[in-house]
Amino acid sequence: MSTTPLNVRSADLASILDRKQDVILAEWIREMSATVRRGDLLKETDLQSECAAMLRLMKGALQASNGDVQFQSPAWDGVREILANISRSRAIQGFTPSETASFVFSAKRPLFTQIREENEGNSEMLASLMWAATELLDAMGIYTTEVYQKSREDVIRRQQEELLELSTPVVKLWDGVLALPIIGTLDSARTQVVMESLLDAIVKTNSRIAIIDITGVPTVDTVVAQHLLKTVTAARLMGADCIISGVRPQIAQTIVHLGISLLDVTTKATLAAAFLVALQKLGITFSAAAKA
Amino acid sequence: MDNFLLVTIQVDMHDRLAMALQDDLTNAISATEARGVLIDISSLEIVDSFIGRMLANIAAMSRVLDAETVVVGMQPAVAITLVELGLSLRGVRTALNVDAGMALLRASLNGNGEPHDNRLR
Repeated sequence: MSTTPLNVRSADLASILDRKQDVILAEWIREMSATVRRGDLLKETDLQSECAAMLRLMKGALQASNGDVQFQSPAWDGVREILANISRSRAIQGFTPSETASFVFSAKRPLFTQIREENEGNSEMLASLMWAATELLDAMGIYTTEVYQKSREDVIRRQQEELLELSTPVVKLWDGVLALPIIGTLDSARTQVVMESLLDAIVKTNSRIAIIDITGVPTVDTVVAQHLLKTVTAARLMGADCIISGVRPQIAQTIVHLGISLLDVTTKATLAAAFLVALQKLGITFSAAAKA
Repeated sequence: MDNFLLVTIQVDMHDRLAMALQDDLTNAISATEARGVLIDISSLEIVDSFIGRMLANIAAMSRVLDAETVVVGMQPAVAITLVELGLSLRGVRTALNVDAGMALLRASLNGNGEPHDNRLR
């Protein structure tokens, strides 16, 4: 079958949107069932203005398009932007990605109705316009889903970064003595964060001794041992000695079985024992207070 | 009396400058009969393997002349870089700052003259 001249499609769709905007808008909002509309999450007036803005931008983009609708082209920047904003705000409000995509897809029937009314009897034009409209709305719906996915991934990544920071505190046990309790596995990313926090703390508190407690580290293999030694070496380069405490019996066995050499790093089973060693090194002793 | 020498490195070191430093330092240790050398690198923001080797060499040369070397003021970023490069500068003692470095030298020399090992046992 012969194809309709290319530059007719977008111009025609634009024309329909221009003349029938109010009708399409009203039907679109009605089309969205109560569940998609989520009255609990989104006010009627907000939804109304969102849809109106969307149609307006679509019309503008169609008018600026020369022939075929190319969703990725600059003419559609405005539409993509509003879709992205809607998708992100819906994600934050708690809409599911399907609900957000359905927001776009529910515009299909109202738009198709108008296309059919205007092209009664011209089946080629009808088919061509409906196909163009389908392609357009599909692209828009998929786009909202992609933006949704990306914003969830951003949240996860941000949470991971926060978790990394929260889980490596450095605490001061005494003047010149720091403690670094490590909870969880020690991978290379974590080691970087640990090294930076520890070295910064050493400078800030003028500490000479750092106790690295690994009670919370589930397994110590050659890789973890390497990371620990890196941290100890870095601290040593800055003039602070390290004691590794919290070495569980199983860890001691693993270290020997794997042939891991902890070089000359002092290791203690408990944080308390390590603290005593640190105090001794600083020449601090305690004596009982005289009873009154 | 204990004489200490203080060296402050503030510029990027290249071959000839490093050689000159080693020369000047060994001569100064000899002339003043210094027992301790403090190398202050708190101004160095970038340290590479060359400088690492240079520091280790200076420490070794000083020891031959019966003087102990302490490197002070290493910046955290520099320490991390050296560790990532696999340079642990074993044999070079370190302290947080000049005061701590001098205390370290005094403690080691006021002992029985044996070099004080700053590794914990």
